Amino acid sequence: MSLFLQQVVNAVALGSVYSLVALGLTLVYGVLHIPNFAHGALYMLGAYATFFLVTAYGVHYVPALAISAAAIALLGIALERVAFRPLEGRSPVHAMIVALGVLLFFQGSAAALWGADFRRLPTPFDGVVSLGGLTITEQRVIVILAAVATMIALHVFLTRTLAGMAIEATAQDREGARVVGIDTRRVAMLTFAISAGLAAVAGSLVAPLVLVSPVMGEVVNLKAFAIIILGGMGSIPGAIVGGYVLALAEVLGGTYVAFAFSDVIGFAILVLVLAIKPTGLFAKGV
Amino acid sequence: MVLPSRLKQIALVVTTIVALVLPLVMRDGYLLGVVISAYITAIAVYGLNVLVGFTGQLSLAHAGFFGIGGYTAGLLMVNGVSFWLALPAALALTGTIAFFVGMIALRTRGAYFAVFTLALGVIITISIERWESVTGGTDGLIGIPPPAAIGPITFTSLAAQYYLVLAFLALTIYVSVSIAQSLVGRSFIAIRQSENLARAIGIDVGRTMRLSFVISATFAGLAGVLYTSYLGYIGPGMSSVAMTFRMLLFLMLGGAGSLAGPLVGTLLISMAMQALQAFEQYQLVLLGPLLVVIMIFFPNGLAGIWGSLEDRWRLRQLRAQPTVPRADEAH
Repeated sequence: MSLFLQQVVNAVALGSVYSLVALGLTLVYGVLHIPNFAHGALYMLGAYATFFLVTAYGVHYVPALAISAAAIALLGIALERVAFRPLEGRSPVHAMIVALGVLLFFQGSAAALWGADFRRLPTPFDGVVSLGGLTITEQRVIVILAAVATMIALHVFLTRTLAGMAIEATAQDREGARVVGIDTRRVAMLTFAISAGLAAVAGSLVAPLVLVSPVMGEVVNLKAFAIIILGGMGSIPGAIVGGYVLALAEVLGGTYVAFAFSDVIGFAILVLVLAIKPTGLFAKGV
Repeated sequence: MVLPSRLKQIALVVTTIVALVLPLVMRDGYLLGVVISAYITAIAVYGLNVLVGFTGQLSLAHAGFFGIGGYTAGLLMVNGVSFWLALPAALALTGTIAFFVGMIALRTRGAYFAVFTLALGVIITISIERWESVTGGTDGLIGIPPPAAIGPITFTSLAAQYYLVLAFLALTIYVSVSIAQSLVGRSFIAIRQSENLARAIGIDVGRTMRLSFVISATFAGLAGVLYTSYLGYIGPGMSSVAMTFRMLLFLMLGGAGSLAGPLVGTLLISMAMQALQAFEQYQLVLLGPLLVVIMIFFPNGLAGIWGSLEDRWRLRQLRAQPTVPRADEAH
């Protein structure tokens, strides 16, 4: 029983990271209809930014995380302006291929600049918390709390502020949003900034638990795609719920069924769901 | 059918002659090896062209089928089956898997199709990596023999391997051209332009797309078989999504939907990558932005640039010799 509870806590920590990554991906898809294959690379760059701020410049982990998120958000804006905006009105295949090119560039740059070796990010939260027979590392507690706080902040932003509502409106109906005077180009930039920032937060949170490397975003990004297809591409609650569900399935499947194939569970679910319902489980009506 | 312009005919003849005499002229075995690899990749890229260029769906599982073809042939050949039996067996298996996968995958479109095939590609690679008892896992398969001799013709020398691969490349191009000019090929393009319109004029969209998916995957399988028998060893990396990205880059540089594009793009970038081998670690740093720039400024690749140059030249010819008197000269 205690093994089970221990694994559930681990799954919630992992699910928090998945949800943050999936949220960014689903936001960009909802507003721009681009499946951003480079999203995992932003997650990776966010982790590296925090890593270097902490290890090379001696910044404390918490402000380092915030600086990394801001820097990667700026990178997201640049990406929208330079790579995706010129493709407005073109075949969606073009945007997908550009996203692949960006992914190659970021991964290749990280490998060329910092080498392929795995690095360990030290965290000030390296103790453990004991809770009714369970031992949880402090970093996992931080991951869960920070992720939930970020999600609440995102929710408040999207529903209570004018800029957030503009994003919602554009996701619902681009033409309609333009008619009522929303600058959809600025919305696109803002969406990319938020999406990239979320990826950087997720990457920085997870960095002390896993290892930082140029390919750390690859599998996570695929899983995030699985999550948003299950939860409905463009759906925010779908991304959050899907993230936790996938993490639970993986951790429990890995513990009780077969560890070697726990990474494949997400893709297996994805293939099954699309085989039964090609538009995903909770697709938004068009 | 539009007759190819004179320039294209000359280019075709010159290319054929160069391709045929290349092993006699090129004494450097290493360089010839690079050309052979490029030809093999080009066969897979022609396959990708059928789906991406003609039918307009982005499949990211292409290298997965390359791997399935390669591993099927490799496993058979390691166990003593002749290349000439392993080849059709591998093609049949790749095509069959593609048929069943296509039944599911092609219920989705656009972004969903891309993500679905991406997941599929990853599943194929992970399966090859972890099914160690059969595939050898991350160590791969080694000791795959070259194709067995047919009568007096042996395939052990590099030049013989070259001509074997060249023959299959020529076959691939011939099939591609035939498809493009056939009703089936035009149905593919009709679907790319508008699925609803294609359905309205009586095209069975589902069946046609499955056909295009199977053809595309079978080309990838063929390339995989040749890759395996040429190299003599394979690893799970051949099926990776990174390999698909590379093929996509070749296709996009050459020009998706064109018939010369896959070959031109693959040869150019393969050669460039050899020249830049000293900077191997920077390859992706250069190729990534190259892909972005191509998509933004030249979405039809080199074939598109060539086409617009040709149009401009024809226009100038027409302007230079007006065949119809202009209105202002008439009175």
